[in-house]
Amino acid sequence: MTIDNKELKVAALKEGTVIDHIPSDKLFKVIAILNLKNTHSQITFGYNLDSAKLGKKAIIKISEKFLEQTEVNKVALIAPHAKINIIRDYKVVEKMALNYPQEVVGVVKCLNPKCITNNEPMKTKFRQLHPSAETYVCHYCEKTVDVEDIVVL
Amino acid sequence: MKGKSLVSITDYSKDDILRVLSAAKEFEKNPNQQILQGKVVATLFFEPSTRTRLSFETAANRLGARVIGFSDAATSSTSKGETLKDTIKMVSNYADVIVMRHHIEGAARYASEVTDVPIINAGDGANQHPTQTMLDLFTIQQTQGRLNDINITMVGDLKYGRTVHSLIMAMSHFSPTFNFVAPIELAMPEKYKLFCKENKIPFQDLKELSQDVIGNTDILYMTRVQKERFSDLMEYERVKNVYTLCASMLENTRPNMKVLHPLPRVGEIANDVDDTPQAYYFQQAKNGMYARQAVICDALGLI
Ligand SMILES: [Zn+2]
Repeated sequence: MTIDNKELKVAALKEGTVIDHIPSDKLFKVIAILNLKNTHSQITFGYNLDSAKLGKKAIIKISEKFLEQTEVNKVALIAPHAKINIIRDYKVVEKMALNYPQEVVGVVKCLNPKCITNNEPMKTKFRQLHPSAETYVCHYCEKTVDVEDIVVL
Repeated sequence: MKGKSLVSITDYSKDDILRVLSAAKEFEKNPNQQILQGKVVATLFFEPSTRTRLSFETAANRLGARVIGFSDAATSSTSKGETLKDTIKMVSNYADVIVMRHHIEGAARYASEVTDVPIINAGDGANQHPTQTMLDLFTIQQTQGRLNDINITMVGDLKYGRTVHSLIMAMSHFSPTFNFVAPIELAMPEKYKLFCKENKIPFQDLKELSQDVIGNTDILYMTRVQKERFSDLMEYERVKNVYTLCASMLENTRPNMKVLHPLPRVGEIANDVDDTPQAYYFQQAKNGMYARQAVICDALGLI
């Protein structure tokens, strides 16, 4: 019997979501942004795995949980080149391609303490400065934030 | 015609700007018209600003509107902890248009999303003050006879000065040329220089207000250089004089050249400039009323 190398490192998933190709140093941010510490799903992490593309990569397998678009958007802000696969009965049934979202509602915190979003019970809203730009603009106070500095609510 | 909010100057297209300016020109000829009879204009000044509030309220009164509102948040229900949303919803039951000033940035944008009543932003912290920009444009058109191909020299605090940033955005429709004159600490942010590059607007960064620059300028736009902006007070003492305009610097200007300033000034324009033919900042302030009359009418879909 041959055993696939990857299978040894991270257990196969029956139903759920696999987030692959996360740069290793972004793993814990992705865990935080998806609030995984408060889920009851079984979760398997792989950290510092060898990757031809990234050098070292991380992988997250979440059992019985299927990410929604808003959650996918959050991941894009931290690891835009991650690959998200939806697994059913051990098979990839959907690949969710990731790019920076043009607009994010209720995800990113505005860093401007004088912004209305930090002073009123309401959702934040950011839009990408230009297509492919790594900068976002607060829809309300119009201050910009670079993807690197983004703080997630 | 449906009315619309004015929160940021970029809410106005080039056509919007031209339409509102031509209405302002009519109000300049005849500021007393009963266009707004039967209308209620609310002026909600969560942050006090007597200058701006009087300009808006006079604008509304001269057009026959009734004005309701408050002049600082202490007298409003926000002092009892009411959210902005609830205040706006409440006032929306009474007013046809809401003029608001708030120290919180983005307050006017949010207000425009929680009501169908048009919102006119009269300043939201350091963010936007679009009617100031409309009166600046009106003044440029009035003094130059056109908006196209104007050489504008901006002087002073170009980093934090929201009026100069908005003026760049608004003038970008009219192929301007800019000179940015500021100390390094207060230089024009990259963001706006990038905007100029993308829109093929020629500009130069300068540290000194030289005779040469003044001689090639149509509009000299002065701004306040505030002490609080400097971490090094020696530096402030040094630069404040470098950027002070005095009458002797205006001897060889273009005949059409005018000096503008959003007022109040602190010391950037010496008193002897007031008597020169180039001084235009007091007329500029007066134009605020015509521009605001036009903006209010536009918000109500009346022009
Ligand atoms: Zn903001």
